[in-house]
Amino acid sequence: MTLTRILSAAALTLGLALPALAQDKTKVGFIYVGPIGDGGWTYEHDQGRLAVEEHFGDQVETVFQESVPEGNDAERAIMQMARRGADLIFTTSFGYMDSTINVAREFPDVKFEHATGYKTADNVSVYSARFYEGRAIQGHIAGKMTESNIIGYIASYPIPEVIRGINAAYIHAKKVNPDVEFKVIWAYTWFDPPKEADAATALIDQGADVILQHTDSTAPQAAAEKAGGVITFGQASDMAEYKPTPRVSSIIDNWAPYYIARTQAVIDGTWESTETWDGIAPGMVEIGEITDAVPADVKEEALAMKEAIASGDYHPFTGPLNRQDGSAWLAEGEVADDGTLLGMDFFVEGLTAEIPQ
Amino acid sequence: MHPVLKLERRPQPSRTWSALAPVLAVLITMFAGGAMFAALGQDPVEAIRTIFWEPLFGEFARFDRPQLLVKAAPLTLIAIGLALGFRANIWNIGAEGQYIIGALTGAGVGLAFYPTESALIFPLMVVAGALGGWAWAMIPGLLKVRFGTNEILVSLMLVYVAEQLLAKMALGLLRNPEGRGFPGSRSLRDYPSAHNAELFAGTGIHWGVVAALIAVIFAYILLARHMLGFHIKLSGQAPRAARFAGVNPARLTLICLGISGALAGLAGMFEVAGPAGQINIDFNVGYGFTAIIVAFLGRLHPVGILLAALLMALTYIGGELAETNLGLPAAAIQMFQGMLLFFLLAVDLLTHFRLRWRRAEVA
Repeated sequence: MTLTRILSAAALTLGLALPALAQDKTKVGFIYVGPIGDGGWTYEHDQGRLAVEEHFGDQVETVFQESVPEGNDAERAIMQMARRGADLIFTTSFGYMDSTINVAREFPDVKFEHATGYKTADNVSVYSARFYEGRAIQGHIAGKMTESNIIGYIASYPIPEVIRGINAAYIHAKKVNPDVEFKVIWAYTWFDPPKEADAATALIDQGADVILQHTDSTAPQAAAEKAGGVITFGQASDMAEYKPTPRVSSIIDNWAPYYIARTQAVIDGTWESTETWDGIAPGMVEIGEITDAVPADVKEEALAMKEAIASGDYHPFTGPLNRQDGSAWLAEGEVADDGTLLGMDFFVEGLTAEIPQ
Repeated sequence: MHPVLKLERRPQPSRTWSALAPVLAVLITMFAGGAMFAALGQDPVEAIRTIFWEPLFGEFARFDRPQLLVKAAPLTLIAIGLALGFRANIWNIGAEGQYIIGALTGAGVGLAFYPTESALIFPLMVVAGALGGWAWAMIPGLLKVRFGTNEILVSLMLVYVAEQLLAKMALGLLRNPEGRGFPGSRSLRDYPSAHNAELFAGTGIHWGVVAALIAVIFAYILLARHMLGFHIKLSGQAPRAARFAGVNPARLTLICLGISGALAGLAGMFEVAGPAGQINIDFNVGYGFTAIIVAFLGRLHPVGILLAALLMALTYIGGELAETNLGLPAAAIQMFQGMLLFFLLAVDLLTHFRLRWRRAEVA
């Protein structure tokens, strides 16, 4: 109540000071790749949108469109938002990259924020989270927990973000369990519950007792629960309804602080094109509760790794590391640079899966 | 003894009802959809107005109207081809696959010339796109003619083969060498000779729209004036009579599948070189399947198909507006589109049957 009152008072003051702004609410648009009820990726972006609404109250109006196919439909959707008065538009899937850039060219006064891409412009920022930090912790737990030594990985598309996640998980599983093997299925979708469930079941049939996923629905969790004796991790969202097993922990994307900060920048007129890549330390990546299904010592190690990553003492990609073909990548103690990580198109040594070519 | 409603088969399908059914279906959908939107806590009148009125006459209609044509173009092109086959009882269900292959061959030819600039490249791509779709449709065609396989199953299954091929191409042969490891081909938009650019600035209208309109005219003439059109209609209505009239069923099968494949391939080529802009893993968004609905909604008639494609485009674009402006969930819009088809099929019953009040017979 008090917060709202302070905010409305602030809004009122602002309104008195800047009448032009008070008349015009700042309009913030969101383009989602899945439905807001996917329980994963899009759900968390929508939580960020709701946080913006709550934080700014009447000062801001938000609009969104869900399940927008990547490609021409995305371009039209973004353009319609821009034309209908959006001041700031977040496009929240990699496949919206070119569409975002194209629309941004036509609407130089509108600010755009594209998630997980690499193309920027004067009015286009990019932002993403260092999910690989969470993947490293997952890999550690997975390597310790697996009894069959087979870990199944439901990959979405062979893009750097996904490849990076597989590498980070594998490196840390291998570190604690030299016999571990990763089986990777490329689902070619971000959100397709039946396909994701099929992939999980196929991996379990091949002996996997840990399922990691880079797809957005809870279908793999349900498949693992049905199979029994299989553990999973929440992806993008906590997926807490599958606690304490099969879901033993999770990577949670917390976009709210970023969305609020960027909206504030537009309101203040201080918005600039930036490239943001935040991890555990600033809170963009969170590790969901590690349940009691995980032995206490493993949990302790996992949390210690999280602290080390957050404090900057440890980087998940620290040498010695070789590429899959055996060629040297990082020397002893050497840390991967962001450029290589952002364009990662190779697996590390030991992975037997292939990146589709 | 109470009166009951009885269905009675009409001796002849009713022409009036055949024409009236789509209109009635749209009206019923407006009411039923309105009720659904009301149940979701929305103002039903505002929701229906946003879907049907806003894109045509709203504040930004001059931007939305050409988008209707852009969205309707691939649907029209594909549905025209399908309808020719459907009329002759030849069921190509795999237009989605032919659409993908047309895009691959069209874009492939264009990219093979990169970065040469020449006015010949785009026409070559058009030919390649049509040929690609045609060739993909010839597989179920030849298998049917030679071995009597079912073209419904074969053409449908080939959609999934085409999707795998698309992924393979996006990740391999056609991948952009300067794409930083990301899947997807070079942008055809950034390659002027291969770009299916907009013909009128700011509208988005491209060659695919022109091709769709030409296809409508040709199909109309073909069906109304040409011997082939007569054979197609005859084969559908009276296969035995068609044989007596000298129609070669195998030849007709190949012609119909070939035309629909070529048109679907063309649609894919125009789309990839224009609105979509590049070959990528999820380039196809279901136009090949939606076109089946469009073909029936348009009564398998070329002009009807054009109108039906525009109507579908309207529900897409109006639906998107309802989502963003009113916050309607995407699923509700899909339900709304589903209702339209459901009611069309329901009302269609009246084309072939009539309703009669009858006294129940005493047992």
